[in-house]
Amino acid sequence: MSQPDLIIHDEKDNVGVVVIETTKKGQDCSAWIMENDKTVKVPSTNDVPLGHKIALKDLKVGDTIFKYGHDIGKVVKEIKKGEHVHVHNVKTKKW
Amino acid sequence: MEIPKSFLGYKRENGRAGTRNHVIILPVDDISNACAEAVANNIKGTIALPHSYGRLQFGADLELHFRTMIGTGRNPNVAAVIVIGIEPKWTKKIVDGIAETGKPVEGFHIERSGDIQTIMKASKKAQEFSMWASEKQREECPMSDLWISVKCGESDTTSGLASNPTVGNLMDKLEPLGVHLCFGETSELTGAEQVCAKRGATPEAQKKFMKTWSDYNDFILKEATDDLSESQPTAGNIAGGLTTIEEKAFGNFQKIGSRKFIDVLEPAEEPKKGKGLYFMDTSSAAAECVTLQAAGGFNIHLFPTGQGNIIGNPIEPVVKLTANPLTAKLMSEHVDCDVSKILTREMNLDQAGDKLIETTLKVANGRLTCAESLGHREFVMTKLYRSA
Repeated sequence: MSQPDLIIHDEKDNVGVVVIETTKKGQDCSAWIMENDKTVKVPSTNDVPLGHKIALKDLKVGDTIFKYGHDIGKVVKEIKKGEHVHVHNVKTKKW
Repeated sequence: MEIPKSFLGYKRENGRAGTRNHVIILPVDDISNACAEAVANNIKGTIALPHSYGRLQFGADLELHFRTMIGTGRNPNVAAVIVIGIEPKWTKKIVDGIAETGKPVEGFHIERSGDIQTIMKASKKAQEFSMWASEKQREECPMSDLWISVKCGESDTTSGLASNPTVGNLMDKLEPLGVHLCFGETSELTGAEQVCAKRGATPEAQKKFMKTWSDYNDFILKEATDDLSESQPTAGNIAGGLTTIEEKAFGNFQKIGSRKFIDVLEPAEEPKKGKGLYFMDTSSAAAECVTLQAAGGFNIHLFPTGQGNIIGNPIEPVVKLTANPLTAKLMSEHVDCDVSKILTREMNLDQAGDKLIETTLKVANGRLTCAESLGHREFVMTKLYRSA
């Protein structure tokens, strides 16, 4: 049980959460999937701070972001695998 | 871990038990705050609960005001109450509501006698109550005497990953022992409302939840001037990595573990259907929410935080936990229970839940929370609309 760099809630998720102080640009992160206890590798293309999300795959405008296995918003700017996912490229579907 | 079967609490006249033994000086309205605070300054062992409202309210908003005032006085963490208002009628209404519990309560009104005389009379009574309450001893009470409310604040993604699921784990372990549980935050379930509704134990509870949430959402849609991106998620949430209200909602929802709620409560309403989990219609602002839950009769509160919310309540102890290692380090004076080792996988959820149960019981038995030791006494009334 080594310390993960990222935690992914659900196998269906397309984002993971940084759980170290920050990832470094170009870092090959180990990501632990809570649901099935598997570990996968994900690149980090930016410095991403603790608690922020990284894309696990390429995402197009209009795609849905899944976390906890559920819909948490829509992509409004293209995102490449390994990029920081936040308010600059994802928006709510509510309100 | 074997869960203890009892805690040490203060037994009350109506069969409930308190984790605290406060004598409160409760102002009916904003203009009676000065008088209430003067009494609390005079008499040691009492606390005043100043607030901003109580004049010219009407309809459902006035009913909520009374429910909050009366519920606060009825809470088993309160041994005795002095009520001070400007006029006799509303003062008496609150006194009568509290008196049903059998605890000592006395009302004073300021009109036609002035602050100074009222302070004198009320101080005399407050002294009697304070000295009487000081004789009360803690006694062994069954775990089912714990009424636990929960609400998270300054959440970030570590809340949904670890601190909220820790509270969920505690709920899963304590519910079978017959405790009352309560979650709220209607607005912050937006995006997870359908999933949350399915947790209603009966079709009625599910329907009641959806109606409560829809009414709230309609109100937002009517009043909103933008997409609420400055308010939900908050700047603190966004700094902590939360992007949308939906993400916040699914994180928030982890607090109830795998429990089902048996009923939906109005703000500040006391549960009447026995042990188990309740949903209360509340604001998601921390102090407003905890004030309503305390008025509903809950006697200990669990508050997971990500970026570091510092809230406390004057009568209901607020136990704070965090899974954010930076918050645990930089704001340690606010953190009662550090579960950040979940993120490094040095601690699992089961262990974190046990740790939180231990902390909760220490506080129930009398250990001060961080918020209590720092003097946090946020007592904030929820106002539904403008006064007449």
